[in-house]
Amino acid sequence: MSGHSVEEIRQETRKYWVVFLALVVLTAVTVWVSYLDLSPGMAVFVAMVVACVKGGLVAGVFMHLISERQAIYSILIMTVVFFIVLMVGPIFARWGGTGVAL
Amino acid sequence: MSVLETHAEEADDHGHEHHEEGFLRKYVFSQDHKVIGIQYGLTALCFMLFGFFLMLLMRWQLAYPGQPIPIVGGLLGDANAPGGIMLPEFYNQLGAMHGTIMVFLAVVPLAVGAFGNYVVPLQIGAPDMAFPKLNMMSYWVYAVGGIVMFASFFVPGGAANSGWTSYPPLSVTATTGQTWWLVGMVFLITSSLLGSVNFIVTIVQLRVKGLTWMRLPFFVWSQLVTAFLLLLAFPPLEAAGFFQLLDRVAGTSFFMPSGLVVSGEVVEAAGGGSPLLWQHLFWFLAHPEVYVLILPALGIVAEVIANNTRKPLWGYKSMVYAIGFLGFMSFIVWAHHMFMTGMGTTLSNFFQITTMIISIPSVVVLSALFISLWGGSIRFNTPMLFALAFLPMFGIGGLTGLPLGLAPTDIHLHDTYYVIGHFHYVVAPGTIFALFAGIYYWFPKMTGRKMNEMLGKLHFYPSFIAINCIFMPMFIQGLAGVSRRLYDGGMQYSHAQPVLEWNQFMSIAAFSLAVFQIPFVINLFWSAKKGKKVGANHWQATTLEWSAAPSPPIAHGNFEKTPVVYRGPYEYSPPEHPRGFMPQNATSAEGDS
Amino acid sequence: MSVEIPYNVDERSDTGLYNAKLGVWLFLASEVMLFGALFSSYILLRTGDPGFMTIPHEIAEHLHVEHGALWSDQLSVPLAFLNTLVLIFSSVTMVLSWAALRLKDFGKFKLWMGLTNLCALGFMVIKAIEYNAKFSHDLLPSSGNFLAIYFTLTGLHGLHVIGGLVVNGYLWGPGSKMWKTEPERFTNRVEVAGLYWHFVDLVWIFLFPSLYLL
Repeated sequence: MSGHSVEEIRQETRKYWVVFLALVVLTAVTVWVSYLDLSPGMAVFVAMVVACVKGGLVAGVFMHLISERQAIYSILIMTVVFFIVLMVGPIFARWGGTGVAL
Repeated sequence: MSVLETHAEEADDHGHEHHEEGFLRKYVFSQDHKVIGIQYGLTALCFMLFGFFLMLLMRWQLAYPGQPIPIVGGLLGDANAPGGIMLPEFYNQLGAMHGTIMVFLAVVPLAVGAFGNYVVPLQIGAPDMAFPKLNMMSYWVYAVGGIVMFASFFVPGGAANSGWTSYPPLSVTATTGQTWWLVGMVFLITSSLLGSVNFIVTIVQLRVKGLTWMRLPFFVWSQLVTAFLLLLAFPPLEAAGFFQLLDRVAGTSFFMPSGLVVSGEVVEAAGGGSPLLWQHLFWFLAHPEVYVLILPALGIVAEVIANNTRKPLWGYKSMVYAIGFLGFMSFIVWAHHMFMTGMGTTLSNFFQITTMIISIPSVVVLSALFISLWGGSIRFNTPMLFALAFLPMFGIGGLTGLPLGLAPTDIHLHDTYYVIGHFHYVVAPGTIFALFAGIYYWFPKMTGRKMNEMLGKLHFYPSFIAINCIFMPMFIQGLAGVSRRLYDGGMQYSHAQPVLEWNQFMSIAAFSLAVFQIPFVINLFWSAKKGKKVGANHWQATTLEWSAAPSPPIAHGNFEKTPVVYRGPYEYSPPEHPRGFMPQNATSAEGDS
Repeated sequence: MSVEIPYNVDERSDTGLYNAKLGVWLFLASEVMLFGALFSSYILLRTGDPGFMTIPHEIAEHLHVEHGALWSDQLSVPLAFLNTLVLIFSSVTMVLSWAALRLKDFGKFKLWMGLTNLCALGFMVIKAIEYNAKFSHDLLPSSGNFLAIYFTLTGLHGLHVIGGLVVNGYLWGPGSKMWKTEPERFTNRVEVAGLYWHFVDLVWIFLFPSLYLL
């Protein structure tokens, strides 16, 4: 298995706690922001940005994606592309359509 | 791991070796990819036969509407065919289940579950798949899904009858069989997901020393891309399946629009749902699914052609890049199945363009395979006959897809027999022929015996003629405007009258096709017991399953010695040995013609 | 009897991975597409129906809220906020349990993994409270599409939590015997289970604002 020294592992442990604190703070932030009177578009944007930062921390640090190798990255990048297509595709299908809400 | 622990494990292994594996462990709950591959193969062939039988029933009705079905008419029961005469409700069940069974229970399990499982570990020099237990689970979850699908015929109201596409609101308000269909699909999708993880890890991690990416047999590449398609495209259908189940069973309205009236009665549902949502989620899977249907076939055909032309494949690298590109593109063309849903022109243009672009890699692969024949010393054995026939058949299937992928022509052709002709050409004389090629080709490896060539040719030639007679007239009917899924084959419509006579022609061709599968079935079972015994490399092939493993391969571990690879997969007739071939793992040339 | 599969425990040099690690990432990729489809459906349904967030009249009467009240007000933000913290905490304890094994500290592993499992249980308890609050007011998935999506999304997520709990419970309990015979393989198992668990946390990170705050 990957040879990490005891000291390196302890350093990582410290990082985990820092990230934990950051996640708690960001969660509080996202709840606080929801009580502000933002426009719907803005509200969604801010909420998603915060969620992405939180998600990035979990993925990057807890799931140690930051130090992971290319094989995993390429799979994930491909997945993200298709995920975006799946998110965006059906919505755009309505654009300029016959006007039926379906 | 300490030396002590390694030895302890070995001692354990020896201990186990003294126990004879019980019948259940060896043949039923096996973790050996070869046994699992054969389990998949036999199960899939049974379902293929059943799906074929469903089609024969439909073709009788289409040719002779309202006439009692011979032989089996009385056995179908009064709910389906009183007095042997098929009810429209039963016809709809046959249509929906023929499609479902052929796609999900027959072709993919055979192409991926059987051939993929059996051949891939051997071709990469691995002792088994990366996760043997998971492999076993994949098979059994598939088997359960298959049983659920089969059992659905016997519930009140019969099997699913809203097409294999299960569009709501029809499917949500349909009979109980639809719920069974959804449950069955959840099992099948789960099986597929487990399998695709296994395939990708196996191919990435278990290649032997020297087997670099560009030395992989094309068949392995095709299975790798297929696995990625299954992995990423199936989950949205699983989600959609849950939604439809909830709509049917829990009264939700994911797909149920507001104010829906069925048979004069207002449907009791909260409403606010979107039938189009189902279509998006369904086709997000179902389009990549059709590439799942064709890619393993391309892989098989490539292997058989390289072997039987005694020369390397032309354009191997282009073929690899082409299918990679194809796999990616397959995720962004799905709405070409939805041109008629009131889509805006911007998005319609987008999907037309991506659909036109996706035809390019298919053309690259097909051309490369054709060019590979040039200058070859072609051996016209049975696998090669099926592989050769595949090429123009896939060509016709592909070409007829073009007017469907362009919205203006699709307006006329959507939901007509033209579509049925198009996709059957690709899957039936396309993929299924390739699968037959694969069976004839790898049978000697699996059993140590060869199949009978005479019976093989008796299977091939009439099948080729019959299958074209079934599907070619469908283009004629489709162009005339005959809709699909009509239980009387268009009899009620004036615009169908000029082309109705084709129904009888096609049905007779279908019955003939059935007759000429008999030599194949006889050949398969007879040869397994009494076929002529052959050596490890019957076809004088270069890939590892032939050159490094006996026929059949060693029960546990496949190879006596783990092979090492020194060269590419198709070194046939190399310059230093023009009448021989260089297996991937050989240190010197072999063969003499 | 099974065959010796290479790279089950040791990493393959060109990929830097052992088999199960690649396997679980692939599985997670498919899960991204599964939850992605659910989110996509939520977006499509919500933007397609102007009345999506509004409680229908009959139900509003039944709940004694004013006409035109929104479904989201029926959800408890404080409870979900608490649940978010619980899950995030369980993510930390999970990764710490793996780090403990790498430091060869089995005792610490038991502690952190035990905490992870307690958090998971706590999450489900809070979820049960939330669900019960809905059911007791006759609020079901069939009541309207917002609730349908809410129950489906949180329900599927909840099933994933339970699945993780079962696996982690096994690794904490009977499965931990493997630490004595094959410590590296056991450590890998915990790592793989951890990756799955973090993903479950990740999904909730997006679920929480999407359902409760927006």
